Amino acid sequence: MMDVQNVTKNYGQTVVVNNVSLPIEKGKMTACIGPNGAGKSTLLEMVSRLIPQDTGHIYLDGKEVKSWKKGEFAKRLSVLKQTNQMTVRLTVRELVSFGRFPYTKGRLNSKCHEIIDSSLSYLGLSELQNRYIDTLSGGQLQRAMIAMVLCQDTDYILLDEPLNNLDMSFGVQMMQTLRSLVDELGKTVITVVHDINFAASYADNIVAMKEGQLFASGPVDKMITKSVLDDLYDMDVEIIENKGKKYCLYYIN
Amino acid sequence: MERIAQKTQGNYKWYMIVMLVALILISIFTGVSDIRLSNLLSLTDTQKLVLLTSRIPRTFSLVLAGSTLAVSGLLMQQLTQNKFVSPTTAGTLASARLGIVIAVIFFSHSSLAYKTGLAFVFSLIGTFTFILFVRTVKLKNAVMIPLVGLMFGNIISSFSTYLAVQYEVVQNASSWLQGNFALISSENYQLLLLSVPLLIFIISLAHYFTILGLGRDVSLELGVPYGLLEFIGITIVSLATTAVILTAGSIPFVGIVVPNLVSIKKGDHFQKVLLPTAFSGALFLLITDIISRTMIYPYEIPIGVVIGVVGSVLFLYLLLRGESE
Amino acid sequence: MKTRQLNGVFVTLFASIIVFLFLYMTVNTRGHLSFAFSLRGQRIVPFFLVGFTTTVSTIVFQTMTQNVILTPSIIGLDALYILLQTVVFFVFGMNHVLATNQQLNFLLSLLLMMGGSIGMFWLFFLKYPGKLYLLLMTGLILGTFFNSFSQFLQVIIDPNEFDSLFSRTIASFNRVDITLVNTSLLLALPALIYLFKESRRLDVLHLGREYALNLGIDIDFYYFKLFMLISLLTAVTTALVGPVSFLGFLGANIAYKVFNTYRHSILFLGGSLISIVFILIGQLLVEHVFKLQTTLGVIIQFVGGLYFLVILFKERNG
Repeated sequence: MMDVQNVTKNYGQTVVVNNVSLPIEKGKMTACIGPNGAGKSTLLEMVSRLIPQDTGHIYLDGKEVKSWKKGEFAKRLSVLKQTNQMTVRLTVRELVSFGRFPYTKGRLNSKCHEIIDSSLSYLGLSELQNRYIDTLSGGQLQRAMIAMVLCQDTDYILLDEPLNNLDMSFGVQMMQTLRSLVDELGKTVITVVHDINFAASYADNIVAMKEGQLFASGPVDKMITKSVLDDLYDMDVEIIENKGKKYCLYYIN
Repeated sequence: MERIAQKTQGNYKWYMIVMLVALILISIFTGVSDIRLSNLLSLTDTQKLVLLTSRIPRTFSLVLAGSTLAVSGLLMQQLTQNKFVSPTTAGTLASARLGIVIAVIFFSHSSLAYKTGLAFVFSLIGTFTFILFVRTVKLKNAVMIPLVGLMFGNIISSFSTYLAVQYEVVQNASSWLQGNFALISSENYQLLLLSVPLLIFIISLAHYFTILGLGRDVSLELGVPYGLLEFIGITIVSLATTAVILTAGSIPFVGIVVPNLVSIKKGDHFQKVLLPTAFSGALFLLITDIISRTMIYPYEIPIGVVIGVVGSVLFLYLLLRGESE
Repeated sequence: MKTRQLNGVFVTLFASIIVFLFLYMTVNTRGHLSFAFSLRGQRIVPFFLVGFTTTVSTIVFQTMTQNVILTPSIIGLDALYILLQTVVFFVFGMNHVLATNQQLNFLLSLLLMMGGSIGMFWLFFLKYPGKLYLLLMTGLILGTFFNSFSQFLQVIIDPNEFDSLFSRTIASFNRVDITLVNTSLLLALPALIYLFKESRRLDVLHLGREYALNLGIDIDFYYFKLFMLISLLTAVTTALVGPVSFLGFLGANIAYKVFNTYRHSILFLGGSLISIVFILIGQLLVEHVFKLQTTLGVIIQFVGGLYFLVILFKERNG
């Protein structure tokens, strides 16, 4: 269980995240949505202690994030930022095995190799494991990064726009993978998503942010409604239902 | 609204011109030999001589060198689209110096023509090497480019030092290392006059350089010959740097600090900031030169040292200022 | 690289060190073998020490900055050292105890360089954590300023003193004071051993700041610690033999090429051995080909500089 309480972050004069409080359910997939500049990524960075909050508290399993030992925290929570180019030449397997660092500080044992193997095969990378990462396509690299995070074997997995640079079919694959992390492995996944229909189709809960503040949060059914989304995006959207799922049409305004 | 903006801009222009004139006068009438504005009409022969062969040429070269260096820096920043690139951080100065050292060694009776020619050729080659590098390399952080550029400059300088040591011209070469306007006289400042046509040339091409700043693809799309203009730009910068270094020595920081300070106030539109940058460059050198002449009066601190102090403080201010935003 | 290949490279490196060491000890002894042995033998420890300190500190620095064409010299320590020597000569003259007493000068240089870097890093890691390039830029600007101030003093200094001063500002193994070697070892060895032990943690830094944080490394404090160690190693080396930044640059970059790995344990050892081979070849050239007309520092700067340009061009094409 994660709990965010009255968290605020300023950059100079600008308030990026303003007094946000919300609980995050364990064992569920939570999608964070909202217009550009709403403070989604900043909130994610604070929750994953990449940057400190100015005021407020964030708790992970009852203990405040900043009082966790860094090494222990890394066994509980992992975060994947938008993929940036890595300058170092690594093979896929080498990259993925970095995920074991919190446990063995780089001295891989046989258990590590087992976990690395299973992470690779879970993401369908077994055949690519000896390729250098600079030869991979965008989708393959993204999967390799997820495999590294998986290898870190944490209860909580945070992702910042994992669908960037992925085409439709890779986007679907990625969301299915995240879904199965929750359903099969019991992970808690928190992800920032831009495409609202991906959030609607795959997430359990949705957190909506606007102008640094928490706009609304709740289960998908309650959130994907015309009243919420119209105000969130300041647009006129249309909700349709297809095979029991809600979708949002906003392409023609 | 627009009218008010224009009006303040007009005021600003006048303000700059008044400042410049005032500083030019202060600069001319500062010095060991006592010459006052009030007795300008009743000067002795010595005073006239001092005024005509030393003071006025010195002030004149300060104005020229300042505006040339500032505009060169601005132009290089425009060409590389990186705010921290200047003749100091792109190997231009160091390469020109290497050319001079080689001229001193291998053409021992080295006339000014040899020095100028070699310094120009070397600074051209050095700058090109670096600019081509900048264009193709994808460094994650823009600040890394000037870091690499300074390393590049340091290496070229160490070649110069090596040659200077081997051929025992260290002392001779050292005098080119240090910016100093004290030795300027009516005899040797003509080379700086070269920067006048160069400045005019830049102003007349300003519109094209503005577009160049949008990047290669946009420029080509708009029908601007990117490669040719880049070549012209680098050639101008190299020539201008050579002219300054041969008359006044190497003067660091002006090319970075002045354009960046101007752009805080006036934005980044090349054509609009060109003249203010030239003005401010001249002001900057005039002020630092007056400081260098009055700090330990009647002696002089070389202007290079004063600029080193003032420039590094301002530079750090610019750097940290960008960060806290 | 396969383990067998790796062993092969290391064996080759060790073998060439032994061969060049043998040559260095025995060439041109003119029959006074034991005299030459005792004289030249003294320099072997500094050779190895400097080979390790410069290379290890450069590799760590390049990993932290994620840039293989920078050297620790850009944070301005070399420039500070030269400024100190210049000021000593300018203010006290070449016969003052600060200029003549090597131990005193060594300690003073060390204290100043360490003090300077502690102050600067402390400021930056407190105020702008994670903004590494700010620190680099500031160091660079200060270095440029130190240099121009040194030049200013050097121009007005007495020509005799200038000659004596100039020889100090160029790296040389010929003037190493043997009494300083033990102190240097005492300071540098623990730092080197620590960095070797940290090599797996350093490997993680390759992934960048955010992933290192994600994997549980307290990155800001760790960077601070690494910076202190780099400064210590650079300061010891510079105070011992003068500025030799390009030696580490050569060793590190050739090691990246030869070993083609991200693993610091291999790069540290391999790169340092490569640097030592360079030192031995360079010193052989200095003593027997150039007949002491030049110093190792000049040769290293020359070769390192050329290699830097080659890399610059290759980055451009590649």
